[in-house]
Amino acid sequence: MINKVIFLYFAAVILASAIMMVTRRNPIHSVLFMLLLFFHIAGLFVLLNAEFLAAVQLIVYAGAILILYLFVVMLLNVDKESIAARANRYWPWIAAFGILIAGEVVLLVSRGIFPADEGQEPMRLASDGVLSLGTELYTKYLVPFEIASVVLLVGLVGAVMLAKIKTKE
Amino acid sequence: MIPLSWYVILSAALFTIGVVGVFSRRNIFILLMSIELMLNAANINFIAFSHYLQSLTGQIFVIFVITVAAAEAAVALAIIILLARNRGSVYVDEFNIMKG
Repeated sequence: MINKVIFLYFAAVILASAIMMVTRRNPIHSVLFMLLLFFHIAGLFVLLNAEFLAAVQLIVYAGAILILYLFVVMLLNVDKESIAARANRYWPWIAAFGILIAGEVVLLVSRGIFPADEGQEPMRLASDGVLSLGTELYTKYLVPFEIASVVLLVGLVGAVMLAKIKTKE
Repeated sequence: MIPLSWYVILSAALFTIGVVGVFSRRNIFILLMSIELMLNAANINFIAFSHYLQSLTGQIFVIFVITVAAAEAAVALAIIILLARNRGSVYVDEFNIMKG
């Protein structure tokens, strides 16, 4: 029962801050709502026994990616944001279409039955969660792990190469 | 016990908000943050299913999704800086240089 209340709180804040994030005029306000959203998603991860990923969510998403966004928004300093139009001229149709799609998914999911809901096993022990995650990552998923490091390297080099100011020789 | 369908509904709603953000906003920062929103909706689904199916594969996938999101954010922000420097704007409907 208490789990459901906690879930409903997290879900309400996540949805509200997502809507606020999409509709704000100032990008800095959007980034701050995104921060609130990431914190509550991390709380949801804790509720789902994924403590390590909750920490990763906070450190990588809220700590690194969002700060990068904030830096670039402040660096570019777009001052005509207060007068320019927020959305393109098709937004009422797109919003109506989104509400339609979301309603359809809610209808489908709430009428279906998930097999996982039926015979609910007791939850995994949280104490060895990180250990088994690390074992899995370094044995079964070693090759994707290495490819992920290559992706990060390419992202690093690409970002530096793109944003570098080219000097004439 | 929270039903699995609640998580699926939450994630679908979050994904839809992201899609609407990508297709309707003009500011390129909001577009990128909407993409992050969609990735996070997928992450919630992955972790919910990994918890309810008693399998760690979903959590491993979330680690990879976060890695790709970090690389994507870095490259995309570099491209935004370049665009803003060359075109003087961050609105996507003003980037029409390929238009005939």
